[in-house]
Amino acid sequence: MITGLASSALDLRRPHRMVERSVMVYRRGWMVIVSGFFEPLFFLLSIRIGFGALIGDIEVGGRTIGYAEFVAPALMAAAAMNGAIFDSTMNVFYKVKYSKLYDSVLATPMTTADVALGEIAWAMLRGLMYSVAFLLTMWALGMTGSAWVVLAVPVCVLIGFAFASIGMAVTSFMRSWSDFEYVPAVQVPLFLFSATFFPLSQYGSWGWVVQLSPLYHGVALVRGANLGEWSWTYLGHVAVLVGLAVVGLTITARRLRALLLS
Amino acid sequence: MASAPLISARGLVKRFGGFTAVDGIDVEVHPGESFGFLGPNGAGKSSTMRMIGCVSPPTEGELSIFGLDPVRDGREIRSRLGVVPQQDQLDVELTVEENLVIYGRYFDIPRAECRRRAAELLDFVQLTERARSKVDPLSGGMKRRVTIARSLINEPSLLLLDEPTTGLDPQARHVLWDRLYRLKQRGVTLVLTTHYMDEAEQLCDRLVVMDQGRIVAEGSPRSLIAEYSTREVLELRYSPGTNEARAVPIADVGERQEVLPDRVLIYAHDGEAALHEVHERDAMPESSLVRRSSLEDVFLRLTGRTLVD
Repeated sequence: MITGLASSALDLRRPHRMVERSVMVYRRGWMVIVSGFFEPLFFLLSIRIGFGALIGDIEVGGRTIGYAEFVAPALMAAAAMNGAIFDSTMNVFYKVKYSKLYDSVLATPMTTADVALGEIAWAMLRGLMYSVAFLLTMWALGMTGSAWVVLAVPVCVLIGFAFASIGMAVTSFMRSWSDFEYVPAVQVPLFLFSATFFPLSQYGSWGWVVQLSPLYHGVALVRGANLGEWSWTYLGHVAVLVGLAVVGLTITARRLRALLLS
Repeated sequence: MASAPLISARGLVKRFGGFTAVDGIDVEVHPGESFGFLGPNGAGKSSTMRMIGCVSPPTEGELSIFGLDPVRDGREIRSRLGVVPQQDQLDVELTVEENLVIYGRYFDIPRAECRRRAAELLDFVQLTERARSKVDPLSGGMKRRVTIARSLINEPSLLLLDEPTTGLDPQARHVLWDRLYRLKQRGVTLVLTTHYMDEAEQLCDRLVVMDQGRIVAEGSPRSLIAEYSTREVLELRYSPGTNEARAVPIADVGERQEVLPDRVLIYAHDGEAALHEVHERDAMPESSLVRRSSLEDVFLRLTGRTLVD
């Protein structure tokens, strides 16, 4: 039974069909995607015009950088997280419980693993578009630190993958819409306390708690890319995000099976 | 029949926790046949259909579809099935045509071929002019027809229909029956569940009557009627609440009787003669009706209950 579950969880052949479906849906709703450009614009403008001027330079890892340069990459990572969580929670819950989309898909040769990975892949693709938009806005506002910042895009896709997987796994346990009120209770502290707005050193002896946040690892990577710095610790950050993605995906495929194929 | 069965079930059981939905049924469906599961809500019809559709693993017993094992070869079996679920489960974010096209894509059918088939199928279910409409504004009957068109996109040889006309008005039902009859003529094997007697009589060559997870009778509609009922039925209506009392003096009229809350049924070879007898005994009803026996009567005889609440 365990091996049966494991093999079915890995029974992947055409997850891209779910992406194809989403493309069909959003072909008409492209404004929704365009609106994704506004969020980074407003965020970055507020930093550029406001905080950046108020708060002076800060020291990170022995280097002194402007506050805008410090915060912008963190906001980029956070935007990737927020987009992935949005796509993988409410949207997926609606399809499982109300539109019964997945029931009809699973009556075809598609499997729960196809559905899980396909939906997460779509969330990642949207995340990719947002990240590119974010990066272009940062560049236009003169907030990029080095050319290596382009690496922030694949990093954000990885952040999206990790959070979409976890978001979908969590959603598969939701019973009603009211359960979703717990999501911001997790999401907001992650957003604020992942060394996003102030460096890890500010947390003092609580620094280890911050490192438990998956977003912290994403922020560290995007920040590194923006500064064009390399550190072997980045491999650890990548590993955390990949691990979360794999765990989330596996739980999701199994839970969809329990929910839809009983 | 000489051909190998498309569906073969032996001692098939489905349990959900402590509840037994399907309690050891034996079924064989042969190619080209039109087969029905007849029974009230909760009889285990849909659970059986879901097992055949490879979206619900059997708890016990043997099940094979196209000679394949639904647990091991689910993907292969589903690629050759058409499924019309109880709720339409259409993709509400897409148009009618897109619903068909993407469904074909789930089967890995090339996009151009999907479009060609979608056009052909929408013509078949008479919805060509609604191809670009979203699904939501369609009537219940139209949605049902879209679902049937969608189920045919992979040109299945076996079509599973779970209560295909429940909730539809009479006209929509007849349109649907006509389309299903045409599919049957093309050689598609139909397996359907229903709690409508007239539907089973219209569409099924052979059927099983299910009650509380078990099969209580099996045969063609005609043979079941012959075996479990009489040729005709006389229905008598007395004033409310008096059926029991009024039935006493005529208790020996006909071969058998059922006293229901709203009417008395007298099973007789000759309904008119039975009515004459009732009149002779001064048990004049408020209204009476002589009709042919139906599967409803078979079900009543087998379970002591009516089918539709």
